[in-house]
Amino acid sequence: MVLSKGSRIYQIIINIVLLLVTLFMILPLVLLFMSSVTDENTLIVNGYSFFPAKFSLDAYRYIMTNSATVFRAYGITILVTAVGTTLSIIMVTLMAFPLSLRDLPGRNVLSFLVFFTMLFNGGLVPTYILWSSTIGIKNTIWAYILPNFLMSAFNVILVRTYFQSSIPYDLYEAAKIDGANYPTIYWRVVLPLGKPIIVTIGLFTGLTYWNDWTNGLYYITSSSMLSIQSLLNKMIQDIQALSALSTADSGSLMNIPQVSIRMAIAFVAILPILIIYPFLQKYFASGIMLGAVKG
Amino acid sequence: MKSKTLAKLKDYLPLYLMMIPGLAYLIINNYIPMFGIVVAFKKFNVVDGIYRSPWNGLKNFEYLFTSNDAGTIIRNTMLYNVAFIIVNNVVGIILAIMICDVLHDSLKKLYQSSILLPFLVSIVVVSYIVFALLSHENGMFNAILKASGKDPAQWYNDTTWWPLILIVVNCWKGVGYGTLIYIAAIAGIDNSFYEAAELDGASKLQQITHITLPCIVPSIITLMIMSVGRIFYSDFGLFYQVPQNSGSLYSVTNTIDTYVYRALIASGGIGRSSAAGVLQSVVGFVLVVSVNALVRKISKENAIF
Repeated sequence: MVLSKGSRIYQIIINIVLLLVTLFMILPLVLLFMSSVTDENTLIVNGYSFFPAKFSLDAYRYIMTNSATVFRAYGITILVTAVGTTLSIIMVTLMAFPLSLRDLPGRNVLSFLVFFTMLFNGGLVPTYILWSSTIGIKNTIWAYILPNFLMSAFNVILVRTYFQSSIPYDLYEAAKIDGANYPTIYWRVVLPLGKPIIVTIGLFTGLTYWNDWTNGLYYITSSSMLSIQSLLNKMIQDIQALSALSTADSGSLMNIPQVSIRMAIAFVAILPILIIYPFLQKYFASGIMLGAVKG
Repeated sequence: MKSKTLAKLKDYLPLYLMMIPGLAYLIINNYIPMFGIVVAFKKFNVVDGIYRSPWNGLKNFEYLFTSNDAGTIIRNTMLYNVAFIIVNNVVGIILAIMICDVLHDSLKKLYQSSILLPFLVSIVVVSYIVFALLSHENGMFNAILKASGKDPAQWYNDTTWWPLILIVVNCWKGVGYGTLIYIAAIAGIDNSFYEAAELDGASKLQQITHITLPCIVPSIITLMIMSVGRIFYSDFGLFYQVPQNSGSLYSVTNTIDTYVYRALIASGGIGRSSAAGVLQSVVGFVLVVSVNALVRKISKENAIF
């Protein structure tokens, strides 16, 4: 394609601007990584920098060898993300499938019950009292999984709309004539055909669980139950949170590269996302676009 | 007739059973706490629980409003939201227009992916990055200030720059979301519009103002309703984590959400915490419903419900 002079200049300008924007987006993450591989003394003397005078892998070495806390926190995050996302997908699809059937008696009332939770909520105090005192999930793994994130009304509506528009009703009719009941249809027809939307909401739910630190803040007080985000949250002011449980050399805070290790743990916390992002980019993008279309 | 209905119900029964886990969850996680808002009208104590604690009338609300806090948190919450809506939408639209015009597919993909990347980073990690820039002792900004012979700043004690810092951080983290939606909207515009405009000699700028912008108005309105409806809510992580919960910054960083949390964990603060929470829920509800009603009146197809 031959470009006119004007559009060539336009192309150059937008590419320069967008390259700068790209740098603006990525450089903060680069800074995080560079800080994590900077020598501790260099960090204290020269401060955080993109071009540290002296590199060191001490922070990562410390995590690998000494810190049971970090490993345990990582394990808790992985467990919470896996269990939470799986349960969430099951509950959302079980809720969305019946609501997607136009002839289900009471469908409107039930849909409204789901939708209304997006408009109004009881707020933090009653929710907190209910989960922590009445149900008593404090300091259990369920504190990360159950409150707030297990089933989002938004996802139910998204999935319901997808089932309704993308799975032909005739398929259900045909399955019923073949003698299938609704649970079979859910398992054999709805789940396989709904795969794209299930992957999408699964990805966003997984991201929510992986990144969440609020449930940990509200419901976790025991330092042996910290997830990776909650550990990071605790460590902002208090490096002791890390040493409190470090098995090998508890008490000898002197040996911990205190400044760089926080950055190393923060980097380790986003590493899985950085690794899977290039492969799943299109699902993230399509998920956002789906969300913009009203349910 | 009756047996037919019965047969039909039997057919449907599994469907209702399927919904039991979800409905039970909504009742526990959403509906019971809704009734729990009565706690804002009680003198709560843990021993008696919500329902047996004595009534307290509007004392909690009086307390909230006679302190200066109510004004500050409402102002901060709303002003920041207005700033976020304007900045993120304007930047998002500009970026989307530029990205759609990029000819190289691989570059286009690079830009698109990098803009969305911060959206995936947890706010706790974001606060670590901001700390690397602003830390008083070894932050990058202070190193630059020192190197150029200026006095280092006490970033976490000085309110001056925080409105700007929060707007920039929020834009960095969130602009990718809107940009993607606008890219999708622009990609849906019929190309023949642009071809005709080019034949008529319309400049790039004219094409943008006369074709692109009018065509993405529905997307702009949809995003606007969602954000205006949530103008009484704030991103707890952004306002709590990024300023590192620094007390000297509260005048410019305290929002309804951070206030509700801090009051809840303060001793004897549960009354004002729940009062602020109820205020947020009720005003938030009224706002979503009325904004939507307004949009319904102007252009029905853009209403959310």
